[in-house]
Amino acid sequence: MAQVAPALETGTQGTQGTRRRTSKLARREARAFYGFASPWIIGFILFGGGPVVAALLLSFAHWSLLSTPSWAGFANYHKMFADPLFYKSIVNTIYFGAGSVCLGVVTSFLLAILLNQKVRGLGFFRTVFYLPSVVAGVATAILWVNILQPDSGLINSFLRFFGIKGPGWLVDEHWAIPGLILMSVWGAGNTIVIYLAGLQSISPTLYEAARIDGAGWWSRFWHVTVPMMSPVIFFNVVTSLIASLQAYTLVLVMTEGGPNNATLMLGLYIYRQAFEYFDMGYAAALSWAMFALIGVATALQFVLARRWVHYDA
Amino acid sequence: MTLTATPPSQARPVQRRPHTPSQNSVARVQKTSTYILLIAGTAVFVIPFLWMLTTSLKTAQEVLAYPPKLLPATPQFSNYPTAWTSLPFTTFLINSIIITGLSVIGNLVSCVLPAYAFARLRARTRSAMFALMVATMAIPAEVTLVPTFIMFSKLNMVNTYWPLFLPAWFGYAFFIFLLRQFFRSIPQEITDAASIDGAGHLRTLWSIFLPMSKPAIAAVAIFSFVGNWNNFLTPLIYLRTQNNFTLALGLSLFKGQYETQYNQMMAVGIISLLPILIVFFLAQRTFVEGVRLSGLGGR
Repeated sequence: MAQVAPALETGTQGTQGTRRRTSKLARREARAFYGFASPWIIGFILFGGGPVVAALLLSFAHWSLLSTPSWAGFANYHKMFADPLFYKSIVNTIYFGAGSVCLGVVTSFLLAILLNQKVRGLGFFRTVFYLPSVVAGVATAILWVNILQPDSGLINSFLRFFGIKGPGWLVDEHWAIPGLILMSVWGAGNTIVIYLAGLQSISPTLYEAARIDGAGWWSRFWHVTVPMMSPVIFFNVVTSLIASLQAYTLVLVMTEGGPNNATLMLGLYIYRQAFEYFDMGYAAALSWAMFALIGVATALQFVLARRWVHYDA
Repeated sequence: MTLTATPPSQARPVQRRPHTPSQNSVARVQKTSTYILLIAGTAVFVIPFLWMLTTSLKTAQEVLAYPPKLLPATPQFSNYPTAWTSLPFTTFLINSIIITGLSVIGNLVSCVLPAYAFARLRARTRSAMFALMVATMAIPAEVTLVPTFIMFSKLNMVNTYWPLFLPAWFGYAFFIFLLRQFFRSIPQEITDAASIDGAGHLRTLWSIFLPMSKPAIAAVAIFSFVGNWNNFLTPLIYLRTQNNFTLALGLSLFKGQYETQYNQMMAVGIISLLPILIVFFLAQRTFVEGVRLSGLGGR
């Protein structure tokens, strides 16, 4: 991530000139470093890098967990590129990811600005907007299945009040993913908290200066807030895109990929291949496709970021 | 959502023009419209909770009633004990507490130590290792899922709690990153003074870094608590016997078995929220502060 790079170099002052004299000390410090870092180093081998390499090897094998694995060459990848459900799940994943990120990033930015005003009961308002993201997972999913019910659900009852016939949210192929996107925005509290943190770190003097120059509300927002917040917006876009491309809990609980695979996403498809059909090799191949998808999407974000993210304060 | 469609500046006309022209009235319009938008937003965000609450108190017939009723005729408080005892939810609750507790402690210990190393201890490979660690944040869980499952099944740990809390004892990139950002903001002079006084690294970490970074520690603890409490996929994969299930997993089981009884589901859902709500209410202030000070948002 871009924020990391500049931070890497600082903090290592004064090693150059005194190297020979402190080499013994330096060696002792390095030993301490490896000791302290060892939980992560072991964890990386066991639960990070190790499994990633293993998944790559596994994607070239046939394995049903019960039998011994057998070499499959590129068979899993051939199967993948001929699998219509693979393409469908990719399209659904991108649709959901793009939709929820666009809506979520904009909505939560505006909400964060609201929550950054000096008003009474701020703690209450902040808690209310943060709560849904704490209720993540199954409880949220079950709640929203109820809210999105075509007949008895809250949203369509509300629409009926105005004489509008609401769509069959999770049961209609065309409205299933929009329904999921709608619910994902409800849980955007983490994004709001990070935006709030960013807003609080903008120096008030910048707004003072803009005001003296005669800048109105809109121009202060557009020429001070947005540029100053661009690294934070970028952080939120990248992390929430990564998170939403990996979404599985809500689809698993809410729609199980239906109707007619309209909400089958890559995460759910991998889960199904691995733990319902026990096709571990194919699941590993699919998971590498997902890694590639997230990698490309993230890299694209970093390339585009050069045009609109400003790091200098 | 519709509440963001109107920019704050044009929400409501001014009623009374004060003596000082534009400045004052603009401020008033902004304040009023801020409240209007906040209240509208609160309504949108709170209604699902109220819906959850009223649904949990309805009879089965009322849940399916068409057109739907907002409030139950008589609140069915008995839904709560009925739902709770329809499956061994007390067992699930205890399992959730054990697994979440062990995970939170593990996360704290195993993230504080590497964070200190990445923040303060010099080694030739430090930069490279830090970059590698940040890169692991982009690995989707699905990639590591299958090999990790195989590893735990080889160790005969499937259907035990081990796979659910053991990984938490081996560091978590996002937390290490967050804590490290915080540790870096502690002045070098303070730790230099400590080491002149003969304090080792563990001592320095324990008596200087930890007390000075309480908000960040609290943030990590809460993120870890919420994440583990709500974790669904890992228990789903590793737990087989119903007696080992967690609350989050038990809830979904409930859905499959009693397809139409939304009222009972909502009752259990609300109960399972309570621990999180308590923890969050207790620590809300420290928590928000922790994210801000750790420099996550700032750069």
